[in-house]
Parts: sequence; C-alpha cells; structure tokens
Amino acid sequence: MSLASFAVQLLNGLASASSLFLVAAGLTLIFGVTRIVNFAHGSFFMLGAYVGWSAGHVLAAALPASPLSFWLAVLAAGIAVAALGAVIEVLILRRIYAAPELLQLTATFGVLLIAGDATLALWGAEDRLGPRVPGLSGTVPVLGYAVPSYELALIAIAVAVFALLTLLLRRTRFGVLVRAAAENREIAGALGIDQATLYTTVFALGSFLAGAAGALALPREPANLGMDLAVIADAFVVTVLGGLGSIPGAFIAALAIGVTKALCIAAGTIEVGGIALALPRLARVIEFIVMALVLLVRPTGLFGTQSTPAAQSISGHRRLEPPGRIAAWSALALAAGAALLPALAGSYAAVLATDILVAALFTASLQLLTGSGGMASFGHAAWFGIGAYAAAWMSLAGYPFALAVIAAPIAAAAVAAAFAGLSSRVSGIHFAMLTLALAQILWSGALDWEPVTGGSNGLIGVWPPPALADPRHYYALVLAICAIALVALVAVAFTPYGYALRASRDAPLRARACGIAVGRRRREAIWLSAAFAGLAGALYAFSKGGVGPDSLAIPRSVDALVMLLLGGLSAVFGPLAGAAALTWLQDTLARSTEYWHAATGIAILVLVLVFPDGIATLGNVARALRRSGARA
Amino acid sequence: MLRSVLFAAAAALAAAGSLGPHAALAQPIRLGEINEYKQFPAFLAPYQKGMQLAVDEINAKGGVLGRPLEVISRDDNGVPGDAVRAAEELTAREHVALLMGTFASNIGLAVSDFARQRKVLFIAAEPLTDKLVWQDGNEYTWRLRASTYMQTAMLVPDAVKTGKKRWAIVYPNYEYGQAATETFKQQMIAQGGSGLEFIEQPVPLGKIDPGAVVQALIDDHPDAIFSSLFGPDLARFVREGELRGLFKGRPVFDLLGGEPEYLDPLKDEAPVGWYVTGYPWYAIDTPEHRAFLAAYRAKFDDYPRLGSVVGYSTVKAAAAAIARAHSTDTAKLVAAMANLRVATPFGEVTFRAIDHQSTMGAFVGRLAVRDGKGVMVDFHYADGKDFLPPDDVVRRLRPAAR
Repeated sequence: MSLASFAVQLLNGLASASSLFLVAAGLTLIFGVTRIVNFAHGSFFMLGAYVGWSAGHVLAAALPASPLSFWLAVLAAGIAVAALGAVIEVLILRRIYAAPELLQLTATFGVLLIAGDATLALWGAEDRLGPRVPGLSGTVPVLGYAVPSYELALIAIAVAVFALLTLLLRRTRFGVLVRAAAENREIAGALGIDQATLYTTVFALGSFLAGAAGALALPREPANLGMDLAVIADAFVVTVLGGLGSIPGAFIAALAIGVTKALCIAAGTIEVGGIALALPRLARVIEFIVMALVLLVRPTGLFGTQSTPAAQSISGHRRLEPPGRIAAWSALALAAGAALLPALAGSYAAVLATDILVAALFTASLQLLTGSGGMASFGHAAWFGIGAYAAAWMSLAGYPFALAVIAAPIAAAAVAAAFAGLSSRVSGIHFAMLTLALAQILWSGALDWEPVTGGSNGLIGVWPPPALADPRHYYALVLAICAIALVALVAVAFTPYGYALRASRDAPLRARACGIAVGRRRREAIWLSAAFAGLAGALYAFSKGGVGPDSLAIPRSVDALVMLLLGGLSAVFGPLAGAAALTWLQDTLARSTEYWHAATGIAILVLVLVFPDGIATLGNVARALRRSGARA
Repeated sequence: MLRSVLFAAAAALAAAGSLGPHAALAQPIRLGEINEYKQFPAFLAPYQKGMQLAVDEINAKGGVLGRPLEVISRDDNGVPGDAVRAAEELTAREHVALLMGTFASNIGLAVSDFARQRKVLFIAAEPLTDKLVWQDGNEYTWRLRASTYMQTAMLVPDAVKTGKKRWAIVYPNYEYGQAATETFKQQMIAQGGSGLEFIEQPVPLGKIDPGAVVQALIDDHPDAIFSSLFGPDLARFVREGELRGLFKGRPVFDLLGGEPEYLDPLKDEAPVGWYVTGYPWYAIDTPEHRAFLAAYRAKFDDYPRLGSVVGYSTVKAAAAAIARAHSTDTAKLVAAMANLRVATPFGEVTFRAIDHQSTMGAFVGRLAVRDGKGVMVDFHYADGKDFLPPDDVVRRLRPAAR
C-alpha cells in the first residue's frame, strides 16, 4: 500500500464514519437524557431513507436537475422521522419511564418490528436506489485517486452537524437543560425543568438526526429493508465506545471505527509468522473488538465520565417475592399439565412446548444475572450458543448424548468464568455492551471457523438417540430437565447466596461493609447463569437437529431480554410466562398474517403498557388487592 | 399473501368441484412450504406469486390424482430452528404430503436434515449450497435451482475467453460467496491453464464498505473481476466502482447480477458489459416461457422475477412427483423423484437420480441499459446438465451416492 493509497483509505474511512456519526449522535443524545436504549433508532434511519427516496422523487419532478431537491428531501425525511419519534415518545415511552429501564428497550423493540413491516407495506420489497445528487455526482482527484465528491460532502456535513450540536449543547438554554438532565434527572426535575417537554424534544431531535442520516445514505446505498438491523449495532457501539451521551465521544468513536474498518479492508491478507490473516474478514466484528478493548481499559468509554446507574436500579422497583404455597401448588399443577400435554394435544404441541421450555430456561438464566445480579446483558446468546455448539460438536464427534448435554453447561461456564474475570471493572450498560461484543466476536468466529463450527451453514445431524427421536419422548426429557433447572434457579435466588447477590445489586457499598465479597458474588452469577444458558443451548440443538451462528446472534439475545421483561424481571414465574407468551404469539401470528412481525410488535407494546411489571406479576397484583381490601 | 394462496386454492377447489363428481368430494393434497419471507422479500414475494399461479393452473385442470393442491406456507423468520419447528408443525398437524421451499442455504440444510430424520420428502427450491446435494446430500432431499457450482461454471467459459490472468474476487463472506470463489478458482485453473492469480476481498453480507473495498481492488491492479455480490451490497459496489473508475477497461463477472431482483433496482446505472447469469424475462422466446409470461401478467399485472419461476416450478415439480407416484406416500414419492421430468418456464428439467439435483439452468449474457432499465443482452440458456461434474466426481462428492 502506497502512502497515497493509505491517505485516501483514511479519507474513505472518514466518509463511512460520517454516516455512522450522524446516526450515533442521535442515539447518544436520546440515551444521555432519557436513558432509553432505543432499539428503534435503526428503524428511524431506515424510514428516513425511504421517506427521503419518496420525497426525492416528488421534489425532483417539481425542481428538475436542481440540487435543492435532494437537500430538501433530506430535510423532509428528518422532519417526518422527528415527528414520528415525538409521537412514539408521547404515546408509548412516556408511560413507562417509571418502569425498569430495560422495559423501554423492550418497547422500542416492538416499535422496530412494527416499523419494519410498515415499511414493507408502504414501499414494497424491492430495494430503492436513489438518484445521485446533482452537482455532487462526480469525483474529485485526490493524490491520484478519484474520490466521489459526495463522500467529501458527507464528511463536511458530519463536521457541521458536530459543530452545530456542540453549539446547541454549550451555548443555548436548551443545551443547558439537556446537560442538566443528562447529569442528574432528579435534581433537574426538582429545579423545575419541564421534563416531559424536554424528553420529547430530545427524542425528536435524535430521531431527526437518524432520519436525515438515512436520507443522506441514499446516494451510496439503496433504501432496503435490512438497513434497520445493519446500522443499529454499529450505532450502539459508537455510542458506548465514545461514552454515553457524549457528542465528541461519538464523533471520535465513529472516526476510529470507520478508519479501522477501511484499513482492515485495505491491508488485505497479511502474513504474521507464517500464518495468513485475512484482515478484511475482520470487517464484520472489528467495531466490537475495538469497543471491547477500550471498555476493558476504560470501563466507561472514551469520553464517559460516570458509570451509569442503570445496572443497579434495573430491578429496584419490585422485590423478588419468595414463592408461597400458592406458587408451589401452581408450579406442581403446571408440571402435571405439562406432563400430560403430548397425550392431550398431540405431537406438535410437544414440539412447541419443548421450544417454550428451552426458551424459559434460557430466560431464567438471564433472570439470575439481570434480575438478581443487576447485570443487564445484551449478549446472553453467547452462553446459549457455546452450549449448543459444544453439545453439537460432542454429538457429531461420537460422544454419547448424555455427555454432550453435560458438556454444554461446563463449556459455557468455563468461558463465562474467564469473561467474568476480565470484565470485573465494567458495569452497567457498559457491561451489557461488553457481553454483546463477546457474543458478536463468537458469532463471527462461528462463521469463520468452518472446520469446527460448519461456518454459516452450522452443524447438522445433531439428533437425540433413537429412544428420544419421537418429539414427545424428547419433550418428556426436556420437561424433566427444565423443571429441575427452573426450580434450582428459583432456589438459588433464596439461598444466602441469592440474598447476598441482591444485596450487592441494591447497595454494593453497604453489602461490602457487611462483609459480602461483592465482586466475587457477581462473577459467580455470571458463570452460573452461563451454565444454565448453555444447558438450554444443548437442549435446543438436539431439538432442532443442529446449530448455527444464529444461536449466537443478536436477535437471540434480544429474545431473551424481551421474554424476561414481558414475563417480569422480578417474578418467579416471569421467565416461563414470558417465554410461553412470546413463543406462542410468534408461532400463532406467523401462521395467520403476512405482517406477523408488526402483529408481534403490537402485542409486545400492549403487554408492556398494561403489565409494566410483567405478565407473571398478575398474582402479586391480586394479592396486593386482597391485602389492601383486608386492611380496609 | 399466505391467505391469498389458500383462498385461491379454495376457489380452485370450488371450481374443480363443478368439473366432476370425484373432485367435489376430494380432500386437497397439502404441500408444506417454508421460507424466509421476512429476510428476502424482494425474491420471495414474486416467488409466492409463482407458486399461486402454478397451484391455480393445476387445480383448474382438475388437480393431481383427482384432488386439488393446497400450499400451506410458513415463515421461518430466517432461523433454522424455527424452520425445523415449522416443518414439525406441517408434518404433524397439517399432514402435508411433502415439504418444499427455503431460500437460504443454512435453512435449506436444516430442513433437509429434518427430512432425513423424519423421513419426509423435501424439494429445496432456492438454496444454492453445493452441500445440499453433495457433501450433506440425503435420500429425501432434492433441489430445483441450479447450484452455486453450476452457476459459477456457467460463467467460466466466458471468463477463460477474456484471457485475463490476474483476477480480483469480491464476495459476501459466508458459505455461498466462499463456495462461488472456490469453484471459480478451481474451474478457471482446470479450463484456463497456468499463470492465473487470484486476489480475494471478502465483505460482510449486507454491510459492504464500498469506498474502501473498491479502492483496495484498484490498488490490487487486477486484469478482471469476479463478484458474487447481490442485493444492496451489489448496488453499492456498482455505484462506487463506476464512480471511482474500477471497472474501466476490466471485464467484470457477477454471479447473480442478471436476476431482475437485483438488476432492476439499478435502473439506468446497471453496469454495461458485465457478464452475468440471470433471467431476461423480456426476451426469452420459447413457447413454454411465452405461455408462462402471458399467464403471469394476466394474473398479477406485473412481470415475473426469477423468484416467480422458482416458485412456479417448485409447485410443478411437487405435482409431477405426486402424479408419477400415484400416491402421497413418502417412499413412493422419493422413488418418483428419481429422473422425474418437470415442465418449467425454462423448458423441461430432470431431477438427476445420481445427486438429486435438477438440471434447471440459467441464462448467461451481458448487461446493457435500454429505456432506462438494466437488461441482459447476447444471452443464451445454459442447460444445467452441461455444468455438472462427471458422474464419478459426483459420486466422490456425495457420500450418500456411494
């Protein structure tokens, strides 16, 4: 690579970084003030692209060959998406600010599902490539290379937006309010700042940036239905890497990632000590590797000042109630009903119930970590996937079924123990992002390590022994294992260890003063939780006949979070209720309507708004009512 | 859409009822269909229309074995585990005669292994992976669409003819792109002789960084380019490459670039002169295709995409198998698949007994722009049977055939 080439690749990196910065700036603003982990931010980006495409067409007809049509379309896209963001904030998010913060993530996940289907319905399935920008459709010679002039314009726009945002935050009253709210919401509220208006405004501003960024991406990529998920993970990484809520941080982080990616691609395959390393392959995960390395050294990101209290307050709203006699009897009745299910409802019911039980175990393992441990995880699929791959690999290598199932939790716990040791300084949302980084690195490894993992196709031919080949028989085994595991997880929560863990979550300083080894309790929760997730992964692999990279991917981690929050973060039956609700909903809706993602999203929103504490807390509500009735 | 297929089937059932006394009483034969409708809508929406057209045509003629056909579709959300659950549901609850469909290779393989485990016929419609019929091939799985190997082999003769030695290969970094790359290299060496050089540039699927990739390719100074990109990645690569002058003076080959699903979004920016495989529906002048085109346009007021042909032909293949087997019994159906001839819009294709691959081919030609749209010109139909390895090689590749 010549020096000129290197310099121009840096410029390419800057152009990509500019696009990324515009998306991430909106996300970091929203998070900084409202503490919402906005999963729908990628959808806002996608909607911006589609609106920009449509507006561009209308305006190009009105103003032929004028560059104005493009820029007006960008503005229109930003405004339209800002309006949508404001509506979503007022109608949905505002109602659940008091609930655990992860609940808002669940709600925005519902919005993501609805937005995807709405885009499909409005614009159709075909990709929509926008026209080139009049006046910026050519190239500029830079050091002997032709660099598209639009990419240089994009860099200028990013710098301008950065400057404007900095001015807005540093020099205006609005900026003072935003910074005050970001620093301490309660005190800002106590000083008489109208929080409702502030949150809506900030949410709209963030959405505006995402929408405009989507429209600005059009000259480089067609509007397509995969844009939402393609951008959201990177935007999160930039936000967290830069330091939550920090606009300069997002700027630097976007630059770092854009440039690192471009250089990986430019470097091509290099040889290190005789081993060929195909660096372009790293382009898939390099942002996560960079983020993980930075978080391990600087646990709050590049420009992050304080660790967010998110983790500790995550489940502070409702105490985990020890199961009473009613709960015990209902669990027994449930188990008895479950045991009779295949006889009553046939073989497919057993298949579906197997999926529900596996999902419940996976969710319950997350409940131990996030509910009792106070450690949110965006990458819980890592443990599920390790377990699934370990079991599949053992099974294909000829080891007996039982050994393969036992190996899974051991493998997951072993990796988790190492991870727990490494990540002990990282907490809150940064810890959640670190788990995501780990899951993404493993996912990419599974895709690349073809001889062991089967690459993108995964491993197939992983079936239980003939005696369990009938789905009803396999279901019986899964029921037995999951029943024991679920009871064990509940029991753990009410051992002295469980109380110590929750004490470490709620009041780490006081817990430490009482002699509780807070750090150690947490590390134990990480590997214990991973072991149960790994067990769920093994049961999953054998029920599906195989395992693939999807077992490690982001959607699986999100599923676990959504099921946990739907069921109830601090409800004994929460994981089971959430897993049953989501699995059954998806199974039923996918069969009955083309727009089943939207239908699922709506169901999630309704459940979140009606049962902010989870559907499994129904019993608690009834009990509370009875108590208040008795008192009256 | 799912509903409309069912509705059309029901309407056809009523229509069939008026044809004769047998049909009125007959229970429909159910075909279980699984696909990644949410992940690949650009391909699969036309695919579903193609299926619907085939079902309607068959039922208008009285169905199969005197019974109407009914397609029951399931969306697997792009997750192999969900596809397996859908397969369980279709077999256990809907009692389908066979399974068919799937787009992505990992899903195709998962359902194929389910078919082996539960002993049910699976006609894979679209997944391209060679493993489906070779390394992981099994008794119950058959595939319609030409594989990665076949499609790549179709482009190799033209690539050899260019006489270029230094090739840059850019591909989506997962099995499909890796297999296309490997096949291209092997076939070029086998047919093009010595002195060949290959430089590879893998890109993450759906997330190409076009500026950096194009410049890295320019810096490699290749004589020619072979790409297996498709979808949004392809559009971004084309636009950036044209702007930066990557394609100037270099022959470019793109594996799927002529498929309307990926070509049409490019409009007047379709890269002129590229060698591609695809589906020039506007210019195929055979009786089979004229009939298909007319029926499709009459029914949907839209032109067919490649997905339409694949969906249509998959249903036709399933119907042909049932008719030949005179039964919906799996063993008989599997036996009927061997050397089964199916009439498709591309002409008659045969499901080879040796590796369960159909001989469906593809159109090979070059891209041009006409009336502001990308089209294929100077094309010919490459029959799939001419682009498969010799039988002894196939037997070595396919453990199940030994």
